[in-house]
Amino acid sequence: MKPAESTVPQTNASQPLLEVRHLTKVFGTRETEVRAVDDVSFTVRQGEIVAIVGESGSGKSTLARMLLRLSEPTSGEIIMDGRDVTEIKGSKNLKPYWREVQGIFQNPMASFNQFYSVGRVLRKTLALTGEKYSKAEEREKLSEALKIVGLDPKDTIPKGAHQLSGGQLQRAMIARALLVDPEILIADESTSALDASLRVAILNVLKELRDRLGMTVLFITHDIGQANYIADRVFVMYQGEMVEQGAVDEVLGNPQHEYTQRLLADVPRLGGWGTEDESALEPASIG
Amino acid sequence: MSTVLPSAAPDAAIDPDAKSSILGRLHRWSSQFSPRFWFALALTLAVLFFGFVGPYLTGVEDPDQIVGGLYLEPSADAWLGTDNFGQDVFTQLIYGTRTSLIIGVLAGLIATLIGVVIGLSAGFYGGIVEEALMGVTNVVITIPSIVVLILLAIAIDSRSIYAIALIIGITSWPWTARAVRAQASSVRTREHVDLARLTGANTFSLMVFEVLPYMLSYIVMAFVLQLTSSILQEAALSMLGLGPSGSISLGIMLFWALLWESIRTGAWWAFVPPTIFLTLIAFALLLLQSSLDEVFNPRLRES
Amino acid sequence: MQVQDVRAYYETRHGPPIRAVDGVTLDLDHGEILGIVGESGCGKSTLAAVLSASGPPNLKIASGQLTLDDRETVDLARSGGTPREWRGTVVSLLPQRALNSLNPTARIGDYAYDVVRAHDEKMRKREAMELAGGRMEQLGLPSRVLDHYPHQLSGGMRQRVVTVIATLLNPTVLIADEPTSALDVSSQKALILMMDEMMKEGMISRIIFITHDLALLSNIANRVAVMYAGEIVEIGTTREVVRRPEHPYSKALIGSTLEPDPEQRGQVIHGLQGSSPDMRNPPPGCRFHPRCPYVMDVCTHEVPPRMDPEHNEATCWWVKKEAEQGHETGGINRATDERVATAP
Repeated sequence: MKPAESTVPQTNASQPLLEVRHLTKVFGTRETEVRAVDDVSFTVRQGEIVAIVGESGSGKSTLARMLLRLSEPTSGEIIMDGRDVTEIKGSKNLKPYWREVQGIFQNPMASFNQFYSVGRVLRKTLALTGEKYSKAEEREKLSEALKIVGLDPKDTIPKGAHQLSGGQLQRAMIARALLVDPEILIADESTSALDASLRVAILNVLKELRDRLGMTVLFITHDIGQANYIADRVFVMYQGEMVEQGAVDEVLGNPQHEYTQRLLADVPRLGGWGTEDESALEPASIG
Repeated sequence: MSTVLPSAAPDAAIDPDAKSSILGRLHRWSSQFSPRFWFALALTLAVLFFGFVGPYLTGVEDPDQIVGGLYLEPSADAWLGTDNFGQDVFTQLIYGTRTSLIIGVLAGLIATLIGVVIGLSAGFYGGIVEEALMGVTNVVITIPSIVVLILLAIAIDSRSIYAIALIIGITSWPWTARAVRAQASSVRTREHVDLARLTGANTFSLMVFEVLPYMLSYIVMAFVLQLTSSILQEAALSMLGLGPSGSISLGIMLFWALLWESIRTGAWWAFVPPTIFLTLIAFALLLLQSSLDEVFNPRLRES
Repeated sequence: MQVQDVRAYYETRHGPPIRAVDGVTLDLDHGEILGIVGESGCGKSTLAAVLSASGPPNLKIASGQLTLDDRETVDLARSGGTPREWRGTVVSLLPQRALNSLNPTARIGDYAYDVVRAHDEKMRKREAMELAGGRMEQLGLPSRVLDHYPHQLSGGMRQRVVTVIATLLNPTVLIADEPTSALDVSSQKALILMMDEMMKEGMISRIIFITHDLALLSNIANRVAVMYAGEIVEIGTTREVVRRPEHPYSKALIGSTLEPDPEQRGQVIHGLQGSSPDMRNPPPGCRFHPRCPYVMDVCTHEVPPRMDPEHNEATCWWVKKEAEQGHETGGINRATDERVATAP
């Protein structure tokens, strides 16, 4: 039997790595206003795996896009290393930020441009570091990153996305992020499109990155089972608001918010739902 | 950094075609085209051959050469008879087809280029840029293009075939722009565009390298449509006497045939051949376009 | 209900056909819910398409027989699938995203009317609406949704309403193809509980429930069939399959199901390596052998035997060998079973 890996984060207690203050994103104009993310605040420490849990429409993906600086917040601050990064604008100026914060997305097939090889995407990412590498060095770097996620460079670099499986592409996607050696990796539903047996393998890759490289991971998911497996802390989002945050044991063991309680009660389990909750039979709101 | 994970097993099964020969791949590639496509392609090539190689085969260098009297019936000397000037209709047809094709291609390229630039920018940027560009596009669409064509053609003194091509091109881009905008605004939300952005790609390279490739097949089809409609527009202009001066086109042939009462005098050989050729060109190109659609759009293939 | 030796393949424009379903045999008792679980590309949705006569034009049926109650046996290959006139009355399909692609200007009640009228042309709209409305009230759904348009309902409500409409004519079997995949967990649970209720009330007599979500399935199915690469590799009562899986694939599938339980926290669970085989060219012998942690020599070239019901009818050489030596083969212990836990 393997001893369980330590889940104690290697915290740098002095100061949080990432701090989010009152982050808000509003879509539409006054009449059609949708508050996708509504006054969300939290901090993330170095070396933590934080799961952000919520169903579709909870605003978790909008939050991820704002943290990746792919979407402008309506208001609020994202503080990284003591600096509000929402003030940085334009792809050129954001390059240093993207060396620190990288992302992987939900659909591995759509994440790769089908017209190019996997190697091209990786080389473009390596160029983000601003360093000049020779062809040989470049290849060495790519191979190194691919090996970390368990892929054979020879079988990956020249291939197009359609020639690899979903699991392989998602590993390549993680390798891509590793090339810039980021502080934070944001994984937005990155395992949802995968089959269960492949899913745990990807979750294990993310865990290893934290354990061996000290990477901080923000894992965004609708699946509370995955959050339970991988995370140190869990944030629960509901209708744009962050309704609960805390250590996994606390949030899942003793949920405070009514939504978290319902989520835990309704998630299907192999042994059946614990208590029969007849309220679930009541009609949902029509609207 | 060292290997920390067991390697993922390679999926030998994913790509069974990987090791096959070039010939085999070529065969597979070509087998996705339907017989309809090959027919359309052959017809298009035949028309192109007629227009561009024909002049060298007949050996006639000056199409305006007078070969006989007015409206002579088809004979061994003049296969399709002579026109109102006593010029050989068959020779005129060859040169006319060439002019029509040149104008069509040039106008089609101009319209497609403008349409793609405007549609891509509008679709990719969204917001105010999109509203402004599409506002202009919609205004241009509502102006009846034939009226603009006539006004422009009258205003310009030297109506070379290039000037005519330019006039047709700059009045017919809006349809392409609208179609490209719709495509671009859907492609830009794909995850690979976000990913390229995360690697610091600027807007231009996002548009050209991430969005544009996904629309190439679509743009090719839009070009073929523009090409077809440009040829027909040129014919319409020419029939009104506003065609390219100093040259022959299928439309100009019809113009003279109408002016010189070929219908009343029963000289069918003056107006039937250009009419058939215009129809044939349009038919071949539209058939090509719709069979290309089948190739690019697998959903159509199924049904 | 009996389904025998269904083989179906997709014709491709070039190259060999994709043999999506390859020799599936099932039987289903009155009042039973049979679950079919498997990962993407295992053929479970193709099976649903064959049984519900809803496949695309390039889906061809090579063989298969369907016997329902006292009706005579239908040769699926000859008739090109389940007879179309059986749709709705004998066999009814509940798809993943029902009503999503349908006419947005038709109200829910119009769909109910369509279903009923297909069977009985003389039925008037008011009668159809009363029938549907009555059913819905009985199940605790507000009948006024019949006046709503599909987009006005939440995803969960829509799936529940469609379930009621699909079963208005009391079909012999309801085929539910991933009906919960697009729903949040609370809506999933509501749909499952409603189906349970409908079974108890006799509105549905049999369900074939197809999903990739084993945890969900274990909450509704009486029996579970595990599908891999077009074949059923294990079938047994839900309790037996979930608690004591025999086939190495089932073990891995159940082992990698993640649940919000404290005992899974900090554990290392290993999934499977590789991916499902290309069904144009499936591996010889046992189709699971390239990914199997228990693989033996014989697995690579000989098709495994089907075991007895005692061993959940698993098709596996390893189970056969262990059983012959009197060893225990069932069960899963996520982290302690090295052979399952650690991929080769």
